[in-house]
Amino acid sequence: MSATSPAPSRPRRRSKGAVGERGHGWFLLPGLVLFTAVIVLPLLMNTWTSFTSWTGVGTPEWTGLSNYERLFRDATFWASFRHSLAIIVAMVVIPTALGLLLASVLFDVVSKRFGERTSAAFRAGFYLPQVLPVAVAGVVWGWIVHPDDGALDAALQKVGLGSLSHDWLGDPSTALATVMAVMVWFQLGYPLVIFMAGLARVDPELHEAAQLDGASWFQRFRLITIHLIKPEVFVVTLTTTIAALKVFPQIFVLTRGGPGDATIVPSYFAYQNFFEKADVGYGSAIATVLTVVIIAISAVFLRYQARSEQGGDA
Amino acid sequence: MNALKTPAEYAGAGPLALPHGVHLQGIVDFWKRVDYTQKLWNSLLISGSVAVAAVVLSLLNAYALGIGRVRGRLWLLVLFMVANTLPQEALAYPLYYFSKQLGLYDSRISVIIVFSVIQSAFGTYLLSSVFSQFPREILEAARIDGAGTFRLLWNVVVPVSRPTLAVLFTFFFIWTWNEFFLPLVLLISNDKQTVPVALGVLQGDRMMDATTSSASALLGIIPAILFFLLFQRTLARGVTAGAVK
Repeated sequence: MSATSPAPSRPRRRSKGAVGERGHGWFLLPGLVLFTAVIVLPLLMNTWTSFTSWTGVGTPEWTGLSNYERLFRDATFWASFRHSLAIIVAMVVIPTALGLLLASVLFDVVSKRFGERTSAAFRAGFYLPQVLPVAVAGVVWGWIVHPDDGALDAALQKVGLGSLSHDWLGDPSTALATVMAVMVWFQLGYPLVIFMAGLARVDPELHEAAQLDGASWFQRFRLITIHLIKPEVFVVTLTTTIAALKVFPQIFVLTRGGPGDATIVPSYFAYQNFFEKADVGYGSAIATVLTVVIIAISAVFLRYQARSEQGGDA
Repeated sequence: MNALKTPAEYAGAGPLALPHGVHLQGIVDFWKRVDYTQKLWNSLLISGSVAVAAVVLSLLNAYALGIGRVRGRLWLLVLFMVANTLPQEALAYPLYYFSKQLGLYDSRISVIIVFSVIQSAFGTYLLSSVFSQFPREILEAARIDGAGTFRLLWNVVVPVSRPTLAVLFTFFFIWTWNEFFLPLVLLISNDKQTVPVALGVLQGDRMMDATTSSASALLGIIPAILFFLLFQRTLARGVTAGAVK
Protein backbone atom coordinates (compact mmCIF):
# COMPACT_ATOMS: atom_id res chain seq x y z
CA MET A 1 0.00 0.00 0.00
CA SER A 2 2.02 2.89 1.17
CA ALA A 3 5.48 3.66 0.22
CA THR A 4 8.48 2.62 2.24
CA SER A 5 6.90 1.32 5.39
CA PRO A 6 6.63 -2.34 4.64
CA ALA A 7 4.90 -4.76 6.87
CA PRO A 8 7.75 -5.55 9.27
CA SER A 9 7.85 -2.08 10.74
CA ARG A 10 4.29 -2.34 11.90
CA PRO A 11 3.60 -3.81 15.31
CA ARG A 12 2.27 -7.26 14.81
CA ARG A 13 0.41 -9.82 16.79
CA ARG A 14 2.58 -12.68 17.82
CA SER A 15 1.21 -15.91 16.61
CA LYS A 16 1.63 -18.44 19.32
CA GLY A 17 1.63 -21.74 17.60
CA ALA A 18 3.59 -24.49 16.10
CA VAL A 19 5.42 -22.09 13.80
CA GLY A 20 7.14 -19.83 16.20
CA GLU A 21 10.39 -18.89 17.78
CA ARG A 22 12.01 -22.29 17.93
CA GLY A 23 15.01 -23.04 15.83
CA HIS A 24 14.82 -20.22 13.33
CA GLY A 25 17.57 -18.13 14.83
CA TRP A 26 20.23 -20.41 13.34
CA PHE A 27 19.24 -19.38 9.89
CA LEU A 28 20.47 -15.88 10.60
CA LEU A 29 23.96 -17.03 11.48
CA PRO A 30 25.69 -17.00 8.08
CA GLY A 31 24.00 -13.77 7.13
CA LEU A 32 24.97 -11.99 10.31
CA VAL A 33 28.56 -13.22 10.33
CA LEU A 34 29.14 -12.06 6.78
CA PHE A 35 27.22 -8.86 7.39
CA THR A 36 29.45 -8.04 10.34
CA ALA A 37 32.58 -8.75 8.35
CA VAL A 38 31.63 -6.85 5.22
CA ILE A 39 29.53 -3.98 6.50
CA VAL A 40 29.70 -3.40 10.26
CA LEU A 41 33.45 -3.74 10.77
CA PRO A 42 34.45 -1.72 7.70
CA LEU A 43 32.03 1.01 8.68
CA LEU A 44 33.44 1.17 12.20
CA MET A 45 36.96 1.13 10.88
CA ASN A 46 36.17 3.90 8.44
CA THR A 47 34.76 6.04 11.22
CA TRP A 48 37.80 5.39 13.38
CA THR A 49 40.21 6.14 10.55
CA SER A 50 38.51 9.47 10.03
CA PHE A 51 39.99 10.60 13.35
CA THR A 52 43.50 9.68 12.32
CA SER A 53 46.14 10.68 9.90
CA TRP A 54 47.02 7.68 7.81
CA THR A 55 48.58 7.08 4.42
CA GLY A 56 47.34 3.52 4.15
CA VAL A 57 50.62 1.96 5.26
CA GLY A 58 52.18 2.05 8.69
CA THR A 59 50.34 2.95 11.85
CA PRO A 60 47.54 5.49 11.80
CA GLU A 61 48.18 8.46 14.04
CA TRP A 62 45.31 9.69 16.19
CA THR A 63 44.60 13.31 15.38
CA GLY A 64 41.15 13.80 16.85
CA LEU A 65 38.90 16.14 14.96
CA SER A 66 41.55 17.73 12.80
CA ASN A 67 40.34 16.03 9.60
CA TYR A 68 36.90 17.43 10.18
CA GLU A 69 38.22 20.89 10.95
CA ARG A 70 40.14 20.77 7.73
CA LEU A 71 37.04 19.60 5.86
CA PHE A 72 34.96 22.52 6.94
CA ARG A 73 37.60 24.95 5.74
CA ASP A 74 38.14 23.07 2.46
CA ALA A 75 36.56 24.86 -0.50
CA THR A 76 36.65 21.66 -2.57
CA PHE A 77 34.58 19.87 0.02
CA TRP A 78 31.89 22.54 -0.09
CA ALA A 79 32.03 22.58 -3.86
CA SER A 80 31.46 18.83 -3.90
CA PHE A 81 28.29 19.21 -1.89
CA ARG A 82 27.11 22.13 -4.01
CA HIS A 83 27.51 19.86 -7.01
CA SER A 84 25.52 17.23 -5.16
CA LEU A 85 22.67 19.71 -5.05
CA ALA A 86 22.94 20.19 -8.80
CA ILE A 87 22.95 16.42 -9.25
CA ILE A 88 19.86 16.19 -7.07
CA VAL A 89 18.14 18.62 -9.41
CA ALA A 90 19.21 16.49 -12.36
CA MET A 91 18.40 13.12 -10.81
CA VAL A 92 15.47 13.87 -8.55
CA VAL A 93 13.61 17.06 -9.38
CA ILE A 94 13.61 17.00 -13.16
CA PRO A 95 13.10 13.24 -13.67
CA THR A 96 10.32 13.12 -11.09
CA ALA A 97 8.43 16.02 -12.60
CA LEU A 98 9.05 14.92 -16.16
CA GLY A 99 8.39 11.28 -15.29
CA LEU A 100 5.07 12.16 -13.74
CA LEU A 101 4.01 14.08 -16.80
CA LEU A 102 5.26 11.45 -19.26
CA ALA A 103 3.75 8.62 -17.26
CA SER A 104 0.33 10.15 -17.28
CA VAL A 105 0.57 11.04 -20.95
CA LEU A 106 1.60 7.49 -21.78
CA PHE A 107 -1.06 6.09 -19.53
CA ASP A 108 -3.96 8.37 -20.45
CA VAL A 109 -3.28 9.27 -24.04
CA VAL A 110 -0.83 6.92 -25.72
CA SER A 111 -2.13 3.65 -24.35
CA LYS A 112 -5.71 4.62 -25.09
CA ARG A 113 -5.10 5.88 -28.57
CA PHE A 114 -2.29 3.63 -29.76
CA GLY A 115 -2.77 0.61 -27.54
CA GLU A 116 -1.02 -0.92 -24.58
CA ARG A 117 1.85 -2.24 -26.64
CA THR A 118 2.94 1.17 -27.86
CA SER A 119 2.99 2.59 -24.39
CA ALA A 120 4.83 -0.46 -23.07
CA ALA A 121 7.41 0.00 -25.80
CA PHE A 122 7.90 3.64 -24.82
CA ARG A 123 8.21 2.63 -21.21
CA ALA A 124 10.85 0.06 -22.04
CA GLY A 125 12.73 2.60 -24.11
CA PHE A 126 12.84 5.11 -21.31
CA TYR A 127 13.83 2.44 -18.84
CA LEU A 128 16.68 1.04 -20.86
CA PRO A 129 19.35 3.44 -19.54
CA GLN A 130 18.66 2.08 -16.09
CA VAL A 131 19.92 -1.37 -16.95
CA LEU A 132 22.96 -0.29 -18.91
CA PRO A 133 26.14 -0.35 -16.91
CA VAL A 134 26.58 3.27 -15.93
CA ALA A 135 30.23 3.22 -16.80
CA VAL A 136 29.48 1.97 -20.30
CA ALA A 137 26.71 4.49 -20.90
CA GLY A 138 29.16 7.08 -19.66
CA VAL A 139 31.60 6.01 -22.35
CA VAL A 140 28.93 6.57 -24.97
CA TRP A 141 28.11 10.00 -23.64
CA GLY A 142 31.74 10.89 -23.36
CA TRP A 143 31.97 10.19 -27.06
CA ILE A 144 28.80 12.08 -27.97
CA VAL A 145 29.94 15.28 -26.32
CA HIS A 146 33.57 14.87 -27.33
CA PRO A 147 34.93 18.15 -28.72
CA ASP A 148 36.81 16.86 -31.79
CA ASP A 149 34.73 14.03 -33.07
CA GLY A 150 31.60 13.92 -30.94
CA ALA A 151 28.19 13.44 -32.46
CA LEU A 152 26.62 16.41 -30.74
CA ASP A 153 28.97 18.99 -32.19
CA ALA A 154 28.82 17.34 -35.58
CA ALA A 155 25.03 17.47 -35.49
CA LEU A 156 25.09 21.13 -34.50
CA GLN A 157 27.35 21.88 -37.42
CA LYS A 158 25.05 20.03 -39.79
CA VAL A 159 22.07 22.14 -38.85
CA GLY A 160 24.05 25.36 -39.12
CA LEU A 161 24.54 25.94 -35.43
CA GLY A 162 28.24 25.27 -35.64
CA SER A 163 28.93 28.33 -33.53
CA LEU A 164 27.35 26.50 -30.61
CA SER A 165 29.68 23.54 -30.84
CA HIS A 166 31.74 23.31 -27.79
CA ASP A 167 34.05 21.32 -25.57
CA TRP A 168 31.09 20.45 -23.36
CA LEU A 169 32.91 18.58 -20.64
CA GLY A 170 36.22 20.33 -20.93
CA ASP A 171 34.94 23.81 -20.28
CA PRO A 172 34.41 24.41 -16.56
CA SER A 173 31.40 26.61 -17.25
CA THR A 174 29.45 23.91 -19.10
CA ALA A 175 30.87 20.72 -17.61
CA LEU A 176 28.43 20.50 -14.71
CA ALA A 177 25.43 21.33 -16.88
CA THR A 178 26.49 18.66 -19.37
CA VAL A 179 26.82 16.08 -16.61
CA MET A 180 23.38 17.10 -15.36
CA ALA A 181 21.84 16.64 -18.79
CA VAL A 182 23.32 13.14 -19.02
CA MET A 183 21.95 12.32 -15.55
CA VAL A 184 18.43 13.28 -16.58
CA TRP A 185 18.71 10.80 -19.42
CA PHE A 186 19.96 8.10 -17.05
CA GLN A 187 17.34 8.66 -14.47
CA LEU A 188 14.10 9.36 -16.27
CA GLY A 189 13.02 5.74 -16.75
CA TYR A 190 12.89 4.86 -13.11
CA PRO A 191 10.16 7.29 -11.98
CA LEU A 192 8.35 6.66 -15.22
CA VAL A 193 8.02 2.93 -14.60
CA ILE A 194 7.03 3.37 -10.96
CA PHE A 195 4.49 6.07 -11.77
CA MET A 196 2.90 4.04 -14.52
CA ALA A 197 2.45 1.18 -12.11
CA GLY A 198 0.99 3.63 -9.63
CA LEU A 199 -1.45 4.98 -12.19
CA ALA A 200 -2.68 1.49 -12.91
CA ARG A 201 -3.62 1.26 -9.25
CA VAL A 202 -5.80 4.37 -9.34
CA ASP A 203 -9.49 3.67 -9.65
CA PRO A 204 -10.61 4.81 -13.13
CA GLU A 205 -14.03 5.75 -11.80
CA LEU A 206 -12.53 8.78 -10.10
CA HIS A 207 -11.39 10.10 -13.44
CA GLU A 208 -14.67 9.30 -15.09
CA ALA A 209 -16.61 11.09 -12.42
CA ALA A 210 -14.39 14.15 -12.68
CA GLN A 211 -14.68 14.09 -16.42
CA LEU A 212 -18.46 14.12 -16.16
CA ASP A 213 -18.16 17.12 -13.89
CA GLY A 214 -16.30 18.84 -16.69
CA ALA A 215 -12.74 18.65 -15.41
CA SER A 216 -10.10 19.09 -18.10
CA TRP A 217 -7.25 16.62 -18.52
CA PHE A 218 -4.85 18.96 -16.80
CA GLN A 219 -7.23 19.57 -13.91
CA ARG A 220 -7.63 15.86 -13.42
CA PHE A 221 -3.88 15.41 -13.61
CA ARG A 222 -3.30 18.08 -10.99
CA LEU A 223 -6.14 17.22 -8.63
CA ILE A 224 -6.50 13.47 -8.91
CA THR A 225 -3.42 11.84 -10.40
CA ILE A 226 -0.77 13.66 -8.43
CA HIS A 227 -2.67 13.31 -5.25
CA LEU A 228 -3.28 9.61 -5.56
CA ILE A 229 0.20 8.56 -6.48
CA LYS A 230 1.84 10.47 -3.67
CA PRO A 231 3.26 7.28 -2.13
CA GLU A 232 5.07 6.52 -5.38
CA VAL A 233 6.36 10.06 -5.66
CA PHE A 234 7.64 9.72 -2.14
CA VAL A 235 9.57 6.50 -2.78
CA VAL A 236 11.04 7.85 -5.97
CA THR A 237 12.18 11.06 -4.33
CA LEU A 238 13.78 9.25 -1.43
CA THR A 239 15.61 6.62 -3.45
CA THR A 240 16.83 8.98 -6.13
CA THR A 241 18.00 11.56 -3.62
CA ILE A 242 20.15 8.92 -1.98
CA ALA A 243 21.38 7.75 -5.36
CA ALA A 244 22.21 11.33 -6.32
CA LEU A 245 24.33 11.80 -3.21
CA LYS A 246 26.20 8.59 -3.95
CA VAL A 247 26.80 9.20 -7.64
CA PHE A 248 30.25 8.03 -8.68
CA PRO A 249 30.72 6.09 -11.93
CA GLN A 250 29.18 8.76 -14.12
CA ILE A 251 31.61 11.30 -12.74
CA PHE A 252 34.53 8.92 -12.93
CA VAL A 253 33.94 8.11 -16.56
CA LEU A 254 32.80 11.49 -17.83
CA THR A 255 35.01 13.99 -16.08
CA ARG A 256 36.93 12.54 -13.11
CA GLY A 257 35.70 15.55 -11.18
CA GLY A 258 37.33 17.98 -13.58
CA PRO A 259 38.12 20.23 -15.23
CA GLY A 260 39.72 21.48 -12.04
CA ASP A 261 37.05 20.78 -9.46
CA ALA A 262 34.16 21.81 -11.69
CA THR A 263 32.26 18.55 -11.34
CA ILE A 264 33.69 17.00 -8.20
CA VAL A 265 31.23 15.19 -5.93
CA PRO A 266 31.72 13.87 -2.39
CA SER A 267 32.17 10.25 -3.41
CA TYR A 268 34.79 11.09 -6.00
CA PHE A 269 36.50 13.45 -3.59
CA ALA A 270 36.74 10.61 -1.07
CA TYR A 271 38.05 8.24 -3.73
CA GLN A 272 40.72 10.76 -4.68
CA ASN A 273 41.94 11.01 -1.13
CA PHE A 274 41.92 7.24 -0.64
CA PHE A 275 43.65 6.09 -3.75
CA GLU A 276 45.29 9.05 -5.45
CA LYS A 277 46.50 11.21 -2.60
CA ALA A 278 47.00 8.43 -0.04
CA ASP A 279 45.32 10.60 2.56
CA VAL A 280 43.12 7.88 3.99
CA GLY A 281 42.16 9.68 7.18
CA TYR A 282 40.86 12.65 5.24
CA GLY A 283 39.04 10.45 2.74
CA SER A 284 37.39 8.57 5.59
CA ALA A 285 36.21 11.82 7.08
CA ILE A 286 34.56 12.73 3.77
CA ALA A 287 32.95 9.30 3.53
CA THR A 288 31.75 9.57 7.11
CA VAL A 289 30.16 12.97 6.53
CA LEU A 290 28.48 11.63 3.40
CA THR A 291 27.15 8.64 5.33
CA VAL A 292 25.76 10.84 8.08
CA VAL A 293 24.09 13.12 5.54
CA ILE A 294 22.48 10.18 3.74
CA ILE A 295 21.22 8.56 6.92
CA ALA A 296 19.89 11.89 8.17
CA ILE A 297 18.03 12.50 4.91
CA SER A 298 16.48 9.03 4.97
CA ALA A 299 15.41 9.53 8.58
CA VAL A 300 13.80 12.89 7.83
CA PHE A 301 11.98 11.46 4.83
CA LEU A 302 10.69 8.44 6.70
CA ARG A 303 9.59 10.58 9.60
CA TYR A 304 7.73 12.89 7.32
CA GLN A 305 6.06 9.95 5.70
CA ALA A 306 5.04 8.42 9.01
CA ARG A 307 3.45 11.72 9.99
CA SER A 308 1.56 12.23 6.77
CA GLU A 309 0.25 8.70 7.08
CA GLN A 310 -1.04 9.34 10.56
CA GLY A 311 -2.85 12.38 9.28
CA GLY A 312 -4.61 10.05 6.86
CA ASP A 313 -3.07 11.95 4.01
CA ALA A 314 -1.15 9.55 1.84
CA MET B 1 27.30 2.47 -35.73
CA ASN B 2 30.66 4.15 -35.74
CA ALA B 3 32.15 0.96 -34.43
CA LEU B 4 31.77 -0.36 -37.97
CA LYS B 5 33.88 2.27 -39.68
CA THR B 6 37.53 2.45 -40.46
CA PRO B 7 39.40 5.19 -38.65
CA ALA B 8 40.12 6.91 -41.95
CA GLU B 9 36.49 6.87 -42.93
CA TYR B 10 35.57 8.32 -39.58
CA ALA B 11 38.02 11.15 -39.92
CA GLY B 12 36.91 11.87 -43.47
CA ALA B 13 33.15 11.76 -43.30
CA GLY B 14 32.53 12.63 -39.68
CA PRO B 15 30.65 10.74 -37.00
CA LEU B 16 27.17 11.06 -38.42
CA ALA B 17 27.74 9.60 -41.88
CA LEU B 18 26.58 6.08 -42.51
CA PRO B 19 29.41 3.57 -42.80
CA HIS B 20 30.36 2.31 -46.27
CA GLY B 21 29.95 -1.35 -45.66
CA VAL B 22 30.73 -3.22 -42.53
CA HIS B 23 34.14 -2.78 -41.08
CA LEU B 24 34.63 -5.00 -38.11
CA GLN B 25 38.26 -4.24 -37.51
CA GLY B 26 37.54 -1.75 -34.73
CA ILE B 27 35.62 -4.35 -32.79
CA VAL B 28 38.13 -7.08 -33.42
CA ASP B 29 41.03 -4.87 -32.41
CA PHE B 30 39.31 -3.78 -29.31
CA TRP B 31 38.25 -7.29 -28.41
CA LYS B 32 41.80 -8.49 -28.63
CA ARG B 33 43.36 -5.49 -27.01
CA VAL B 34 41.39 -5.67 -23.82
CA ASP B 35 40.89 -9.44 -23.93
CA TYR B 36 37.17 -8.95 -23.88
CA THR B 37 36.37 -12.64 -23.57
CA GLN B 38 38.10 -12.63 -20.22
CA LYS B 39 36.20 -9.53 -19.09
CA LEU B 40 32.87 -11.02 -20.09
CA TRP B 41 33.70 -14.20 -18.25
CA ASN B 42 34.72 -12.26 -15.13
CA SER B 43 31.51 -10.29 -15.18
CA LEU B 44 29.40 -13.39 -15.72
CA LEU B 45 31.18 -15.37 -13.04
CA ILE B 46 30.98 -12.59 -10.48
CA SER B 47 27.40 -11.54 -11.18
CA GLY B 48 26.17 -15.12 -11.36
CA SER B 49 27.82 -16.20 -8.12
CA VAL B 50 26.68 -13.08 -6.33
CA ALA B 51 23.11 -13.52 -7.50
CA VAL B 52 22.99 -17.12 -6.27
CA ALA B 53 24.77 -16.43 -2.99
CA ALA B 54 22.79 -13.28 -2.25
CA VAL B 55 19.47 -14.99 -2.91
CA VAL B 56 20.44 -17.83 -0.57
CA LEU B 57 21.58 -15.42 2.13
CA SER B 58 18.46 -13.28 1.81
CA LEU B 59 16.34 -16.38 1.94
CA LEU B 60 17.95 -17.65 5.14
CA ASN B 61 17.78 -14.24 6.79
CA ALA B 62 14.23 -13.59 5.72
CA TYR B 63 13.14 -17.05 6.80
CA ALA B 64 14.36 -16.35 10.30
CA LEU B 65 12.98 -12.82 10.37
CA GLY B 66 9.77 -13.04 8.41
CA ILE B 67 8.57 -16.51 9.28
CA GLY B 68 10.57 -17.47 12.33
CA ARG B 69 9.99 -14.08 13.94
CA VAL B 70 13.18 -14.21 15.96
CA ARG B 71 13.56 -11.70 18.74
CA GLY B 72 14.93 -8.30 17.82
CA ARG B 73 13.52 -8.69 14.34
CA LEU B 74 12.64 -5.05 13.96
CA TRP B 75 16.14 -3.86 14.83
CA LEU B 76 17.74 -6.32 12.51
CA LEU B 77 15.54 -5.10 9.70
CA VAL B 78 16.43 -1.50 10.43
CA LEU B 79 20.07 -2.54 10.39
CA PHE B 80 19.72 -4.17 6.99
CA MET B 81 17.88 -1.17 5.66
CA VAL B 82 20.55 1.23 6.84
CA ALA B 83 23.18 -0.96 5.22
CA ASN B 84 21.25 -0.64 2.04
CA THR B 85 21.52 3.13 1.99
CA LEU B 86 25.16 3.39 3.06
CA PRO B 87 27.51 4.93 0.53
CA GLN B 88 30.06 2.37 -0.57
CA GLU B 89 32.78 4.93 -0.03
CA ALA B 90 32.35 4.45 3.70
CA LEU B 91 33.25 0.79 3.30
CA ALA B 92 35.70 1.00 0.46
CA TYR B 93 38.99 1.65 2.16
CA PRO B 94 38.53 -0.82 5.01
CA LEU B 95 37.41 -3.47 2.54
CA TYR B 96 40.43 -2.72 0.41
CA TYR B 97 42.65 -2.92 3.47
CA PHE B 98 41.10 -6.10 4.90
CA SER B 99 41.19 -7.90 1.61
CA LYS B 100 44.88 -7.04 1.34
CA GLN B 101 45.53 -8.34 4.82
CA LEU B 102 43.68 -11.54 4.05
CA GLY B 103 45.45 -12.04 0.75
CA LEU B 104 42.14 -11.74 -1.07
CA TYR B 105 42.95 -8.45 -2.71
CA ASP B 106 42.57 -8.42 -6.47
CA SER B 107 40.66 -11.67 -6.41
CA ARG B 108 37.20 -12.29 -7.71
CA ILE B 109 36.29 -14.06 -4.46
CA SER B 110 36.54 -10.85 -2.46
CA VAL B 111 34.20 -9.03 -4.81
CA ILE B 112 31.75 -11.93 -4.79
CA ILE B 113 31.62 -12.04 -0.99
CA VAL B 114 31.25 -8.30 -0.62
CA PHE B 115 28.44 -7.97 -3.13
CA SER B 116 26.60 -11.04 -1.91
CA VAL B 117 26.35 -9.36 1.46
CA ILE B 118 25.47 -5.91 0.11
CA GLN B 119 22.75 -7.28 -2.17
CA SER B 120 21.38 -9.59 0.50
CA ALA B 121 20.77 -6.58 2.74
CA PHE B 122 18.18 -5.42 0.26
CA GLY B 123 16.94 -8.97 -0.36
CA THR B 124 16.45 -9.64 3.33
CA TYR B 125 14.47 -6.48 3.71
CA LEU B 126 12.20 -7.22 0.77
CA LEU B 127 11.76 -10.94 1.40
CA SER B 128 11.04 -10.47 5.10
CA SER B 129 8.10 -8.29 4.31
CA VAL B 130 6.87 -10.81 1.76
CA PHE B 131 7.34 -13.68 4.20
CA SER B 132 5.60 -11.94 7.06
CA GLN B 133 2.45 -12.20 4.99
CA PHE B 134 3.06 -15.83 4.19
CA PRO B 135 -0.16 -17.80 4.74
CA ARG B 136 0.22 -19.26 8.21
CA GLU B 137 -2.15 -22.13 7.54
CA ILE B 138 0.24 -23.69 5.06
CA LEU B 139 3.06 -23.53 7.57
CA GLU B 140 0.99 -24.99 10.37
CA ALA B 141 -0.24 -27.76 8.14
CA ALA B 142 3.29 -28.70 7.13
CA ARG B 143 4.34 -28.60 10.77
CA ILE B 144 1.59 -31.00 11.73
CA ASP B 145 2.73 -33.30 8.98
CA GLY B 146 6.03 -33.37 10.80
CA ALA B 147 8.23 -31.07 8.71
CA GLY B 148 11.24 -29.65 10.53
CA THR B 149 12.46 -26.10 10.18
CA PHE B 150 14.71 -26.93 7.29
CA ARG B 151 12.18 -29.07 5.45
CA LEU B 152 9.66 -26.30 5.94
CA LEU B 153 11.96 -23.81 4.28
CA TRP B 154 12.97 -26.04 1.42
CA ASN B 155 9.73 -27.85 0.67
CA VAL B 156 7.14 -25.24 1.49
CA VAL B 157 8.49 -21.70 1.57
CA VAL B 158 10.88 -21.87 -1.40
CA PRO B 159 8.45 -23.37 -3.91
CA VAL B 160 5.71 -20.93 -2.98
CA SER B 161 7.93 -17.87 -3.23
CA ARG B 162 9.81 -18.89 -6.34
CA PRO B 163 8.57 -15.92 -8.44
CA THR B 164 9.86 -13.43 -5.87
CA LEU B 165 13.17 -15.25 -5.69
CA ALA B 166 13.45 -15.09 -9.47
CA VAL B 167 12.92 -11.34 -9.38
CA LEU B 168 15.60 -10.98 -6.74
CA PHE B 169 18.00 -13.14 -8.70
CA THR B 170 17.53 -11.00 -11.80
CA PHE B 171 18.04 -7.80 -9.91
CA PHE B 172 21.12 -9.00 -8.09
CA PHE B 173 22.62 -10.20 -11.34
CA ILE B 174 22.08 -6.95 -13.18
CA TRP B 175 23.03 -4.73 -10.29
CA THR B 176 26.25 -6.61 -9.75
CA TRP B 177 27.01 -6.60 -13.44
CA ASN B 178 26.65 -2.82 -13.47
CA GLU B 179 28.60 -2.15 -10.29
CA PHE B 180 31.59 0.04 -10.77
CA PHE B 181 33.05 1.53 -7.65
CA LEU B 182 34.00 -1.46 -5.53
CA PRO B 183 35.17 -3.60 -8.44
CA LEU B 184 37.29 -0.65 -9.52
CA VAL B 185 38.86 -0.54 -6.09
CA LEU B 186 39.19 -4.25 -5.47
CA LEU B 187 40.14 -5.60 -8.89
CA ILE B 188 43.33 -4.08 -10.14
CA SER B 189 44.83 -6.51 -12.55
CA ASN B 190 43.67 -6.57 -16.10
CA ASP B 191 42.63 -10.18 -16.29
CA LYS B 192 40.23 -9.89 -13.36
CA GLN B 193 38.38 -6.72 -14.23
CA THR B 194 34.72 -6.71 -15.09
CA VAL B 195 33.31 -5.21 -18.28
CA PRO B 196 32.28 -1.83 -16.83
CA VAL B 197 35.56 -1.37 -14.99
CA ALA B 198 37.63 -2.22 -18.04
CA LEU B 199 35.70 0.20 -20.22
CA GLY B 200 35.54 2.94 -17.62
CA VAL B 201 39.25 2.81 -16.98
CA LEU B 202 40.08 2.74 -20.66
CA GLN B 203 37.88 5.74 -21.27
CA GLY B 204 39.67 7.61 -18.53
CA ASP B 205 42.97 6.98 -20.22
CA ARG B 206 41.82 8.77 -23.37
CA MET B 207 44.12 6.64 -25.47
CA MET B 208 41.52 5.46 -27.91
CA ASP B 209 40.53 6.76 -31.28
CA ALA B 210 36.85 7.35 -31.85
CA THR B 211 36.11 4.09 -33.64
CA THR B 212 37.72 1.95 -30.98
CA SER B 213 35.91 3.93 -28.37
CA SER B 214 32.55 3.35 -29.98
CA ALA B 215 33.45 -0.29 -30.51
CA SER B 216 34.07 -0.57 -26.81
CA ALA B 217 30.79 1.09 -25.97
CA LEU B 218 28.93 -1.19 -28.35
CA LEU B 219 30.48 -4.28 -26.81
CA GLY B 220 29.66 -3.02 -23.35
CA ILE B 221 26.06 -2.31 -24.17
CA ILE B 222 25.19 -5.51 -26.01
CA PRO B 223 25.20 -7.78 -22.95
CA ALA B 224 23.09 -5.30 -21.03
CA ILE B 225 20.54 -5.12 -23.83
CA LEU B 226 20.46 -8.90 -24.02
CA PHE B 227 19.68 -9.14 -20.30
CA PHE B 228 17.13 -6.44 -20.68
CA LEU B 229 15.31 -8.35 -23.40
CA LEU B 230 15.65 -11.64 -21.55
CA PHE B 231 14.47 -10.36 -18.22
CA GLN B 232 12.12 -7.60 -19.24
CA ARG B 233 9.05 -9.19 -17.71
CA THR B 234 10.76 -10.02 -14.46
CA LEU B 235 12.22 -6.55 -14.34
CA ALA B 236 8.95 -4.75 -14.82
CA ARG B 237 7.38 -6.90 -12.14
CA GLY B 238 10.33 -6.41 -9.84
CA VAL B 239 10.76 -2.67 -10.11
CA THR B 240 7.28 -2.10 -8.90
CA ALA B 241 7.23 -4.89 -6.33
CA GLY B 242 10.52 -3.76 -4.90
CA ALA B 243 9.73 -0.12 -4.58
CA VAL B 244 6.12 0.11 -3.59
CA LYS B 245 5.20 -2.56 -1.15
